[in-house]
Amino acid sequence: MIAYLLRRLLLAVPTLIGVNLLLFTLFFVISSPDDMARAQLGAKRVTPEAIERWKADRGYDKPLFWNAQAAGRARFTETIFVQKSARMFLFDFGKSDAGRDINRELSTRMWPSLALALPVFLVGLFVAITLALLLAFLRATWLDFTGVIVCVVLMSISSLFYIIAGQYLVARVWNLVPISGFATGLDAARFLALPVAVGVLAGLGSNVRWYRAIFLEEIGKDYVRTARAKGLSELAVLFRHVLKNGMIPILTGTVVVIPSLFLGSLITESFFGIPGLGTFTIEAILMQDFAIVRAMVFIGSVLYIAGLVLTDLSYTLVDPRVRLQ
Amino acid sequence: MNGFQVVVLWSDALLALLLLACGAGIAAALRREHLRRAWRAVFANRSAMAALVVLLAYLLVAILDSFHFRPALERQAAASAAPAQYSVEVLSLLDVALARMRTTREDSYSAPFATHAFRKRMIEMPDGTQQRDYPRLQFGGAQLADPAADRGADIARRGLGGAAAGLALWAFMAGALAVFVARGRREPVRRTLGAILGGNTEVAWGAFGWMLLLVLCAGGALFALSGGYHVLGTDATGNDVLYQTFKAMRIALLIGTLATFVVLPLGIGLGLAAGYFGGWVDDLIQYVYTVISSIPYVLLIAAASLMMQLVIEQHAEVFDTAAARADARLVALCVIIGAISWTTLCRLLRAETLKLRETDYVQAARCFGVSGVRIMLRHILPNAFHIVLITLVLEFSGLVLAEAVLSYVGVGVDPTTTSFGTMINNARGELAQDPVIWWSITAAFVFMVALVLAANLFADAVREAFDPRAAALPRRRRVPRESAA
Repeated sequence: MIAYLLRRLLLAVPTLIGVNLLLFTLFFVISSPDDMARAQLGAKRVTPEAIERWKADRGYDKPLFWNAQAAGRARFTETIFVQKSARMFLFDFGKSDAGRDINRELSTRMWPSLALALPVFLVGLFVAITLALLLAFLRATWLDFTGVIVCVVLMSISSLFYIIAGQYLVARVWNLVPISGFATGLDAARFLALPVAVGVLAGLGSNVRWYRAIFLEEIGKDYVRTARAKGLSELAVLFRHVLKNGMIPILTGTVVVIPSLFLGSLITESFFGIPGLGTFTIEAILMQDFAIVRAMVFIGSVLYIAGLVLTDLSYTLVDPRVRLQ
Repeated sequence: MNGFQVVVLWSDALLALLLLACGAGIAAALRREHLRRAWRAVFANRSAMAALVVLLAYLLVAILDSFHFRPALERQAAASAAPAQYSVEVLSLLDVALARMRTTREDSYSAPFATHAFRKRMIEMPDGTQQRDYPRLQFGGAQLADPAADRGADIARRGLGGAAAGLALWAFMAGALAVFVARGRREPVRRTLGAILGGNTEVAWGAFGWMLLLVLCAGGALFALSGGYHVLGTDATGNDVLYQTFKAMRIALLIGTLATFVVLPLGIGLGLAAGYFGGWVDDLIQYVYTVISSIPYVLLIAAASLMMQLVIEQHAEVFDTAAARADARLVALCVIIGAISWTTLCRLLRAETLKLRETDYVQAARCFGVSGVRIMLRHILPNAFHIVLITLVLEFSGLVLAEAVLSYVGVGVDPTTTSFGTMINNARGELAQDPVIWWSITAAFVFMVALVLAANLFADAVREAFDPRAAALPRRRRVPRESAA
């Protein structure tokens, strides 16, 4: 088990190197730091000196791979590749283009993101599984049919509409919760209630439909027939057999997102003014702060790969047949 | 109109190419019995046929909106010998068809069917005094002498007239369709009509016909009403919202389909190669798609299109019109989306190729000395093509939804392009105003949901018909045909 875990983690390294190289190509080869400086400074007052100063302030004035002016090891290290790209492996993201310390921002903004994303994940999973099991119980009736139609309609609505409609109805017309904002401690519940509800609803359609299909596939299997043949009630069959076995494919699809919960949700956070990483990223994109975007993409893939490893581990927990070699 | 200059935008050319490819694909499918059978299963699905009508309506609008030209400017009499000057504004056939909607610009917001502006303003009274009141709109309801009294009747008259025209068109089309179907079935038209109404035809023409009726009547009424009113109101700069929604349809369809130009070659080529050759080729391709798919989707698109915006801004002089620049950004966005989302198709095709590689007919072909590329193209790809089709169809609705999010984040289409995303984005502030401005967002909502819902229903039917595994699933359903599962 430990050996497997170690090997999995080692295998993640080449993938992360690939991500790193891709980002490097995108940000420094396809478009040069000069372009970034021009975009940041605005088209009007761009002088070559201003560009040089902008680049020097942010450390973009070094050569890409090989610094001929430096001596010794600095020939490698005093380059954009090492300073800006390779250092991300140490989780040292340096300063943003606007001069903010990215690491500090990450560690403070992570928690509001988690406070929103974790309830959405847990409540969403619980509600979706409950509804899917209910539809599986009602299978082939008009209730099931209507439920599936509702799911398809829910799926077809952009998440933006859920947020806008929720904010308008609940916060503005009914005045139940504040429209946006955030507080720490228990007070946060007041601000988070609506975003969590909206987040759950937005993901409901596709998840319920998918889980229902999984449960129906299990219901058609032989062990369910055996369970019925020995006289178990339909509820006992559903909860004791179908739910348990259906959880295996459900887990594969959901465990992978758990680490990414730290990243938060881009649009929900920015609509509700929650000072998490999602808002951070959106602001960076709008301000064209390339250092932050680069850092967030890299962290995103680190967390995703961690999610893949977790998925493998969760297999062994829920399915005793799976053994990791 | 005195002459015009045809403009072919990149996206127009690509859409035309895509439609040609679709046509070729349909012609090829008609010649093969097993494909014909699968498509018959799709067309027997009532919800799929109803969805098809909606999709075709959107497609028609998108095609009309894809013939672009620049109208010639009025020539001075003295300089008539000089070469014609063309407007910098690029128009499309749709703009000509909806010329009234496009040109009747008010000053600012007005509600649907309004005759007066949404906000009070100082206006000059006939007696010369000034008063703060709601001014009459320049165009909306301008034909009415007494708006308060005549508006209801006028709306009803125009709406019913338009719907009646739609009904007449529908009757003609439905009649032609019935005759066509009856010929195919070699039976009297009356019997065919009975079968269609009873839902007993092999192709679900009934659902198709009813949906067509709905679309034509609604379309007719909308068109007739827009002759006198802003049916869905106007936005902050006084532009007709209905016109904007029509323009957004083309963008939505392009975003959903143009990525295929990148997805198909990469996904098919690399997927087949990885599965067929194995070894280091497989390792390399797997590595590449693991890297790409391990980056969160929106973040990668955001990073890539930020860079793309930089490049386009630096080379602004390449584009002679604003439309061309916005179009370049749209195509670049599609390319980026495609370059990121080919991994799904590649993974699925690789797995299928691994299976097919061991089949007897591929082994036989190999024994005859057929080359690897030929085996992949002649023997493996046709047998795995349903995967390609299903993946593309399923991805469409997701891309339409993604466009809205991307435009909100600021990495989607050009801000000057009207898309569902930019409409929603603008509507954000409108909902916070008092009284609330609800029509822009409602219009975007209704038209976007209609498109995505239709695409989802159609995709489900396609998947059900083409995926052998879905058909083999032991599902005991007593509601067979219209089930959307």
